[in-house]
Amino acid sequence: MTDSRARILARIRAAVADAPEAEPVARDYRTSHTPDDPDALLDLLHENLADYRAHVHRTTPDGLAGLLARLLAERGARSVVVPPGLPGEWLSAAEVELRSDEPRATPYELDGTDAVVTGCAVAIAETGTIVLDGGPGQGRRALTLVPDLHLCVVRAPEQVVASVPLALPRLDPARPLTWISGPSATSDIELDRVEGVHGPRTLEVVLVTGG
Amino acid sequence: MSDRKGRASARDEGRRPGDGRAFLGMPAFPEAAREAVGDATLRATLRHATHTIRDKRARAVAELDDWAALREAGRRIKDETLRHLDTHLLRLEESVTAAGGTVHWAADAAEANRIVTGLVRATGETEVVKVKSMATQEIGLNEHLEAEGIAAYETDLAELIVQLGEDRPSHILVPAIHRNRGEIRDIFREKMGSWGRPAPEGLSDAPAELAEAARLHLREKFLRAKVGISGANFMVAETGTLVVVESEGNGRMCLTLPETLISVVGVEKVVPTWRDLEVFLQTLPRSSTAERMNPYTSMWTGTADGDGPGTFHLVLLDNGRTDALADEVGRQALRCIRCSACLNVCPVYERAGGHAYGSVYPGPIGAILTPQLRGTASEVDASLPYASSLCGACYEVCPVAIDIPEVLVHLRERVAEEGGKGHRLERAAIKASTWVLDHPGVLAAGERLASATRKALPRRLPGPGARQWTDHRDLPELPAEPFRDWWKKNRT
Repeated sequence: MTDSRARILARIRAAVADAPEAEPVARDYRTSHTPDDPDALLDLLHENLADYRAHVHRTTPDGLAGLLARLLAERGARSVVVPPGLPGEWLSAAEVELRSDEPRATPYELDGTDAVVTGCAVAIAETGTIVLDGGPGQGRRALTLVPDLHLCVVRAPEQVVASVPLALPRLDPARPLTWISGPSATSDIELDRVEGVHGPRTLEVVLVTGG
Repeated sequence: MSDRKGRASARDEGRRPGDGRAFLGMPAFPEAAREAVGDATLRATLRHATHTIRDKRARAVAELDDWAALREAGRRIKDETLRHLDTHLLRLEESVTAAGGTVHWAADAAEANRIVTGLVRATGETEVVKVKSMATQEIGLNEHLEAEGIAAYETDLAELIVQLGEDRPSHILVPAIHRNRGEIRDIFREKMGSWGRPAPEGLSDAPAELAEAARLHLREKFLRAKVGISGANFMVAETGTLVVVESEGNGRMCLTLPETLISVVGVEKVVPTWRDLEVFLQTLPRSSTAERMNPYTSMWTGTADGDGPGTFHLVLLDNGRTDALADEVGRQALRCIRCSACLNVCPVYERAGGHAYGSVYPGPIGAILTPQLRGTASEVDASLPYASSLCGACYEVCPVAIDIPEVLVHLRERVAEEGGKGHRLERAAIKASTWVLDHPGVLAAGERLASATRKALPRRLPGPGARQWTDHRDLPELPAEPFRDWWKKNRT
């Protein structure tokens, strides 16, 4: 193993020994493609999430618990896994069995759970993406993967950015990150997009404004 | 319509599906292409798929008015990385190790397979779940594990189709692109039961039902999996972060649920900084699946307390990459981010299909990557640089600006200089270029005529040459305008 390490490094050094220095990286692409207006950004996020078949809702902090309860009921969810640190009031109106992840649920237990409710770390308007970093109210990665229904709460405007270049500096690479753009999908049959494979087949995104 | 068994019989002939080595007995490109072009079902399937994605990609790219700047930045980031690859790999090793991972170095396929087998053995497990990975296909990992008594389950839908069908991959992004929905239904009905949960009763060929069948079939494997094997799209040297870009969630399952994760990644997949991802996370999804962003991207750095695998191994793979790096013209092929836009836009790939290239890397990028990774000693590898009409469409769509025609011409020179035994050069060069140059020429003339009269739905093209050409070929569905004319009008 050590030998191969030395051999590969030596081969690399020999291969580029006479190569010219590379041109410096020019970052003259855009930081954002969207006007810096919170309302316009929220509309764009809404539109792009919906374009990839996420179901998007808007509410205020006061309306959140009622909306989450209604969405869970409409989807027929009877059990919900609750990530550590999720604000207690979010699920205060839901008539469902709440399951804690402490101690950690097994994959089979998660598979037997109907839904998960989380917050997020950041949302990207231009691509219709929500990023989870396992922080409070988000839980470990398996929680938002195995149950078939994911309800994700985004606080606007503070969690919404325009673009990928604006999202990366707000994320900590040391944390496990999951970028989610719509429900699970595939293009593997005749290169045509079909929603619903292994991840949650239904993604409900709740945009909360006026906090 | 020809019999499909010709392509599916790899196992019967002692070659194993998906095995990088399986391709070594392949005929040279012109022979393999001739067979593929005679298959009307295959041509229709490929044409439908590549045309669908082509138009979508163009729309997704057009949304970003700074595309040219992103492409140039991507090119330069990769060039800078390659120029100082040793430095970046050492930094990566340090970051991954500091984050709780273990880094291994594999000079070739055999060593990588040995390392992975040893790591799986150490867990005591006899089955693994796999995320789609070009690197593990390249080294024939599944077949090696199978021979060692370890079952490797592919979990990407297209890889599952290839694995169940005992077939070979024919596209970088969608390895089963050569299979239409009816064929996929048949494979699921016949084969799922012998690998695990059978296909649901009365399974139709509706894509949503096929996806559901895959979900049900694979779920039991995900839930019990103790070892996951992946590749990676990017590795960030400064942070030690690995990135896997996917759509279905099978990647997340393999990266999250097992206790041990083993990632096999080509050394050229490293990027220096976290910030560099801002370029590729914009250009890769739009170039590959024509999406603003793919459904799921996973990023992990070593191991994390209480979240995901507690053990993480990274196997850095050379396997010919340093040979490519030593070639001053050819090294640009190592910029490739495996988006497959060049395949989707290539007139030769569209007609010949992926199997004709005799490698897990088909299409234009395969034609320059394979001969550099494997050398040009075999007839199929020597013929690959000629598997192109040099139209330049591949270069145009490449998100890291690999000048594929330039490398093709360069590799043709290399093959010519090497000469070789008997009529090798003649066989490789003359035959391949005759096939490529003849057919587009005939096609161009034929297509224009056919487009003009397509209401009459001719089954044969008139005229000497063209008539013989259609004597043993079905005419494809005809567009209103030939590709070359459309290209001239819209792209030049």
